[in-house]
Amino acid sequence: MRRVKLFTIDALPYRQPIPVYGYRFGSRKKTLAVMGAIRGDEVQQMYVAARLVRKFSELEKQGAFAPDLGVLVVPCAGQFSMNVSKRFWPLDNTDINRMFPGYDGGETTQRLADRIFKALQGYRWGIHLASFYLPGDFVPHVRIMNTGYEDNEEGLDFGLPYLMIRQPHPYDTTTLNYNWQVWDTAAFSIYSKTTNFIDEESAEMAADSVLFFLAKKGMLPYKLPESVLRFLSEKGMLGSESPEGSKTKTIKEENLVNIHNRTGGILIRYHHPADFVRAGNLLAEIIDPYTTAVREIISAPTDGTLFFAHHAQLIAGHSIVFRMIPQTN
Amino acid sequence: MIETVVKASLPVGETLAIQKNRITGKKAKSRRLAIVTGTHGDELEGQYVAWQLARVLEEKKDALRGTVDIYPALNPLGISTIYRGLPGFDLDMNRIFPGSRNETMYEYIANGIVRDIKGADLCIDIHASNIFLREIPQVRINEKTEKELVPLAKLLNMDYIWVHSAATVLESTLAYSLNMVKTKTLVVEMGVGMRITRSYGDQLITGILSVMSHLGMLTGPAPAVKQPVVSTDGSVAFINADASGFFMPQVMHGDYVKKGQMIGFIADSLNGETKEELFSPVDGMVFTLREYPVVNEGSLIARILGGIGS
Repeated sequence: MRRVKLFTIDALPYRQPIPVYGYRFGSRKKTLAVMGAIRGDEVQQMYVAARLVRKFSELEKQGAFAPDLGVLVVPCAGQFSMNVSKRFWPLDNTDINRMFPGYDGGETTQRLADRIFKALQGYRWGIHLASFYLPGDFVPHVRIMNTGYEDNEEGLDFGLPYLMIRQPHPYDTTTLNYNWQVWDTAAFSIYSKTTNFIDEESAEMAADSVLFFLAKKGMLPYKLPESVLRFLSEKGMLGSESPEGSKTKTIKEENLVNIHNRTGGILIRYHHPADFVRAGNLLAEIIDPYTTAVREIISAPTDGTLFFAHHAQLIAGHSIVFRMIPQTN
Repeated sequence: MIETVVKASLPVGETLAIQKNRITGKKAKSRRLAIVTGTHGDELEGQYVAWQLARVLEEKKDALRGTVDIYPALNPLGISTIYRGLPGFDLDMNRIFPGSRNETMYEYIANGIVRDIKGADLCIDIHASNIFLREIPQVRINEKTEKELVPLAKLLNMDYIWVHSAATVLESTLAYSLNMVKTKTLVVEMGVGMRITRSYGDQLITGILSVMSHLGMLTGPAPAVKQPVVSTDGSVAFINADASGFFMPQVMHGDYVKKGQMIGFIADSLNGETKEELFSPVDGMVFTLREYPVVNEGSLIARILGGIGS
C-alpha cells in the first residue's frame, strides 16, 4: 500500500489546507479506481472506501494481487463540507458531483471536480460509492448509466442483488459516473443502504462486491462473500444458481413502480427495502401529526420487491414513499 | 385575481401553493404574458417587478388587451427560508423542469408550473444572480433559440443580451422546457441576491410594457427603450480568483475597462498582505462583478465583454 497526496484543497480563508489522499495497491497499471465520499454527508461512502483500503492492504500483503492489477482508492474529497456538517460546498452550496469533468480555470467546485477527475482518469474500471438525491434507503445495488459507452454485462460481476440501468437525465451529464464513461473508463456506481450514518452490513456488502468484481476478472482469488450470501439467504433470494453472481437481477430504472402518497404527515413504514410484498399488502401509513389519526394507507399496487424506501419520518404530499420492482411473472 | 397554480401538502399542517396574480384586460383570451420569478429563494429583484408591474397594469387597465399572469414565487419555501435551492431536496429547482407527475413533490410542482404557463405568447423569467455576484440588467439566451428570441429581447430595455452556448445540463431549466414546447421564454438576470435594486426593476418594467405594446397587449405608443449590447458583438472574458481571502474591487460595476487594468485584489487579513491582484485580460465592459467579499480559490470575480467600444 502506498499513500499518495493527490492534491491539496486550500480554497477557503481561515481553514487549514487539506490534503486529499489516494491509496494505491498492486502494480502501477491503472486497473481500478474507487471514489468514496465527494459530498459532506457521505459517511457511509467514506467508510466503505476505508474498509476497502484495509481489505486491499491485507490482500496485497498476502500476495494475492494478479501482476497486472493496480488499484487506487480515494476515501474522501469532501472534507471541507464534512467537517462543518454540510452536504455541499460550504460557501455557495454547489455540488462537486454536478461539476464533472471539471474545469481548472473555473469556479471552486469546478476546479475541485477537475482535480478529482484528473486523479481518477485513465483507469479501466471506475467505481463511485454514490449517494442519492432523495432521502431514503436502498437495496444495495450497482448502477450503470446508459450513455452508449456502457457494458451492462460487467455490472453482473459485482454479485450484488441488483444491477440498475439508468437512463441519464440532463443533470446526470455532469456526474463523475457519466464523465468517466465518456472518457473511456467503464463506470459503476455502488449504492449501499445509507448515506449519513454507517450501516455495517451493507458497507461490508459494498466493499466485498468490489473484491468479487476483481475476482470475476481473474485478478483476485475470491469467492462470493459471506456478507452477500447472508443477505441473499435472509431475503429468500438464494437459490442453487451457478455460477456465483447469476442471482444479480438486471432492472431498468424506468420499469420501477413509484408508490406515492397524496397527503403529508408522519410516515410509519411497515416494510423495508428488499422486502417482497403482495398486491394490497399494507406498506405504510401517513398519520396526522397532531392526533395520530390515519390519514392515508399506502398499499402495494402489485406483487414485487421494494427497492427504495423514503426514510424521513416527516413526509410531504406527492413524495415517493417506495420504489418497487414489479414481479414480471 | 389570485389563483393557485399547483399545490401539495407539507408534513405538518401547511400547504405548499404556487400562486399567481391574473390581471385581465379586454379580450382576455386574445393574448397571454407570463411574468415568473422566485425560482431561487435568494433572488429577490423580481419581487419588486411583480409588485410594481401589478400596480402599473392596474392604472393602465383601459389600455390592456389580453391577460398578464404574474407568478412571484415559484419556490415559496426557498424565499421564506432565505435558501437558494429547494429546502430538503438536493437539486436546484431550475434543473428539474419540465418536472413530472410521477416523481417527487418538487417535480410534481415544477410540472404544474410548466403546464400552467405553456401556451402563453411570451414568458419572462426574472432572476437576480446570487448573493455573490452583481449583474447589469441583461437577457440570457441559449444559442439554440437565438434567432427567435433576440428580436424580442431587444424590446426589454436591458443593457445587455448574452447569447450563451448550449449545454445538456441546461435542458432542465424552466426557460428551455418552455421554449421546447413553443412558449417563447426570455431569461432576465439583473442585480444581486438578497437585495432589491429598484432602478433595475423600473428599467425592466419599461421593457415589459414595450414588449406588451409590441404583442398588441397595450394600446397607445410603446415606451422608448435603450439599445442593448449583444454578446455576439464581442467575446466574454472570465476572471476567477486563484487565492482565497477577501475581494476588494477597484472598478465599478458596468465600467468600461482597459486590458491590464486592475479589477481588484484579494486581501489576506491575517498577515496584512495582498494575496492576489486581478487584471482585465481585455478592453471591455464589466457586466458581472463580485459583490460578496469572501472568495475561495476559483470564485468568479468578474465577467467582461471584450471587443466593444465604450
